[in-house]
Amino acid sequence: MSGHRAPSLLLNDEQRMLKKTAQEFIREKAPAARLRVLRDSKDELGFSRAVWNEMAELGWLGLQIPEQYGGLGLGFFDLCIVLEQSGRELMPEPFISTLLLGTQALLLGGTNEQKQALLPGVAAGERLLAIGYEEAGAPVVAKRTTDGFELNGQKLQVLDGHAADRIIVSAATGGGGASLFLIDPSQAGVSTTRQHRIDGLSSAILSLDGVAVRNDAIVGEMGKGASLLEAVLERACAGASAQMLGASEQAFADTIEYIKEREQFGVPIGSFQALQHRAVAVFTEIALTRSVVLAAARAIDGAPDDVPRLTSLAKAMASETFLHAAKEAIQMHGGIGVTDEHDIGFYLKRAHAAYMSFGKPSQHRQRWAELHDY
Amino acid sequence: MSELDSFREEARAWVRENAPKSLWGTSGSGPFEGYWGGSKCEETDPDLLRWRDLGIEKQWTAPSWPIEYGGGGLSREQEDIIHAEMKAIGVPRPVAGQGLAMFGPVLLEYGNDAQRAQHLPGIARGEVRWCQGYSEPNAGSDLANLQLKAERDGDAYVLNGQKTWTSHADLSDWIYCLTRTNPNAPKKQMGISVILADLSTPGITVRRIDLISGYSPFCETFFDNVRVPVANLVGKENEGWTIAKAILGHERSSIGRSIARQPGSAQREVVARARKHFSAEEGAIPDPLIRDEIASLGMLEEAFHLTLARIQESAATGTPGPEGSITKIVGSELKQMRFELGMKVAGIQGLGWEGPGFDEDDLQYTRDWLRSRATTIEGGSSEIQKNIVSKRVLGLPEGKK
Ligand SMILES: Cc1cc2nc3c(=O)[nH]c(=O)nc-3n(C[C@H](O)[C@H](O)[C@H](O)COP(=O)(O)OP(=O)(O)OC[C@H]3O[C@@H](n4cnc5c(N)ncnc54)[C@H](O)[C@@H]3O)c2cc1C
Repeated sequence: MSGHRAPSLLLNDEQRMLKKTAQEFIREKAPAARLRVLRDSKDELGFSRAVWNEMAELGWLGLQIPEQYGGLGLGFFDLCIVLEQSGRELMPEPFISTLLLGTQALLLGGTNEQKQALLPGVAAGERLLAIGYEEAGAPVVAKRTTDGFELNGQKLQVLDGHAADRIIVSAATGGGGASLFLIDPSQAGVSTTRQHRIDGLSSAILSLDGVAVRNDAIVGEMGKGASLLEAVLERACAGASAQMLGASEQAFADTIEYIKEREQFGVPIGSFQALQHRAVAVFTEIALTRSVVLAAARAIDGAPDDVPRLTSLAKAMASETFLHAAKEAIQMHGGIGVTDEHDIGFYLKRAHAAYMSFGKPSQHRQRWAELHDY
Repeated sequence: MSELDSFREEARAWVRENAPKSLWGTSGSGPFEGYWGGSKCEETDPDLLRWRDLGIEKQWTAPSWPIEYGGGGLSREQEDIIHAEMKAIGVPRPVAGQGLAMFGPVLLEYGNDAQRAQHLPGIARGEVRWCQGYSEPNAGSDLANLQLKAERDGDAYVLNGQKTWTSHADLSDWIYCLTRTNPNAPKKQMGISVILADLSTPGITVRRIDLISGYSPFCETFFDNVRVPVANLVGKENEGWTIAKAILGHERSSIGRSIARQPGSAQREVVARARKHFSAEEGAIPDPLIRDEIASLGMLEEAFHLTLARIQESAATGTPGPEGSITKIVGSELKQMRFELGMKVAGIQGLGWEGPGFDEDDLQYTRDWLRSRATTIEGGSSEIQKNIVSKRVLGLPEGKK
């Protein structure tokens, strides 16, 4: 341990302001109850373009995108402030697919041309991105052709793949290596089938049948796709954890409010110690989770050596906290908590989905152990 | 460079130049680790004693106390920096203990000038050791139920009754007591006074209590017609409850900070024990479930340190977050988790009480594991902490408990 000063985990004045404005905007324009409406109306997208565009106008989609590509040039930490607020209302808009997966892949591995072509559109809310990397049975293979590659195979669970304007796909490029390719879903040979998830988000099955791409479709270095993807997923873990933190906070706040009001045996149920102590347990976990999420975001901006361990820590802890907060929220709401009419159930569904995404906590603990040489 | 940053450099340089090398890496540098002092102290380690003397000379044993009372006249931020620099190389504070961490700060706030002048310099120099006379047989969690009687008789209070669980009363010089000065007050919190007593006063007897660990860190303290000067009353008569709570506040945060030690140290300790007992010098710990548990411990430890830093940072900017109240709960759970895992990986080698067939480290570890069961009880149990958080932080209604 050197005695150096650890990066601050506090927000500065502008960041506090951003947090407040984002919270108010989202509470008003994008309450969690929207998930029911979007589901029941069988909305084609599963989210609102209008809300997304308004957020673009407020500058929130380009917070971390450099100014030369149409963004504000702030840090990942600032992006996490908005992500946390989006999590409070379980927003189904494409934060993870576009801002975390797609944009981070371009920022970390994209050429100047690729960034120039896509990032201004992302910041403006016009372009949506996705990444396909999960597969089963039919791995995607890229075969060399005279002027590029031909892609064949299938990707699963491509988050927002049904709505994306560009999808980055990992494919085996021989010699055990993989590379990332940028493809246009409207291209010949590409088809996407939307998958409806329990948590109101959508993913897609992406089939590639003789899809021809040029050499300049490669993102990052040829054959080094796996390590680039790992760096992207670390950032996705941090950003998803910020969303889970916000969601945990909201589920918890709703629960505290409920147990202060609901009366049984002539007293508010929040006066029962059996509930109080469990509420404190959730409160404690949320406080710890806040620290690790902030630390992971800070590391992404300025301490690259700490990124692997702190992002795994954030993902593991935020997943456990959110799931616990959601389960306790339902239990403390009683019968109403398990009805579709009440919003609290959406928190459980998202908690489970988020827990399973980007590595379960047990996988991150294993990675943590490896990173600490045991 | 800001003023604090240049102070940090100064503190770092001083600590690294002066702390005896044999002490480096030996301590978590918490407020309860190191030289506790007092007239009955039998410490012989010359380096520890030299470090104490250097600290006194530099006026850095109680950095933020006023100079006239043996302190260094520095700010709280500067004090935090000094302690952080000691922690960074793992040396103990030059003087530690209850007097510095708990009683002194409260006497500064609530005592009168004569009391401050009488007691604080001795604490800052490690010459006088203090203990806490709060708990009684019928006043544990329900502390306000205490009965130790203090009756006014001329220029003295006469004390009769008993304290219990008095940590290190046998090694201390003075005790700060919660006493019952008005048995007829309408609320039991209202008839309580804080009275200071020299433990050598006739009528005080101290008896040690053995713990499950085999140690006897605490005692029963009996008071039989003990005459204490009226001047030893701190604050006003019957208004001691506020002072009592202030001391408890210092105690809780000190326990949390003492448990913290160096970031990563709990994980390192358990990994080292697992390597030793599994004969696995390198690579993955062979038992994947144990490995997962160690990772959980390591993660909680890191989260705890980050949270302590965050609390300290927001306290320094004048807006302390509600998270302060959870440090005792989490810190004590973390400590128990660490010892439980450390015992689990030792298997039957952890069963030794004394004698042949067990190495010294394992015997000591087993005792420390047993001692760790007390952390969720001492200084207000975890259940009591949770009651406090649910009422004061979450604003939940008081109920039938
Ligand atoms: C190592 C150690 C050192 C100590 N040092 C000192 C010292 O120096 N000076 C001193 O004065 N005291 C000291 N104590 C005493 C300590 O403060 C008390 O042990 C503690 O406050 C608990 O009181 P009790 O032991 O009487 O337990 P009890 O109050 O009888 O509690 C027993 C159990 O009941 C639970 N409980 C009680 N009330 C409630 C409630 N309202 N809601 C839910 N659960 C409840 C408790 O959490 C606990 O689990 C020390 C204790 C230990 C273990």
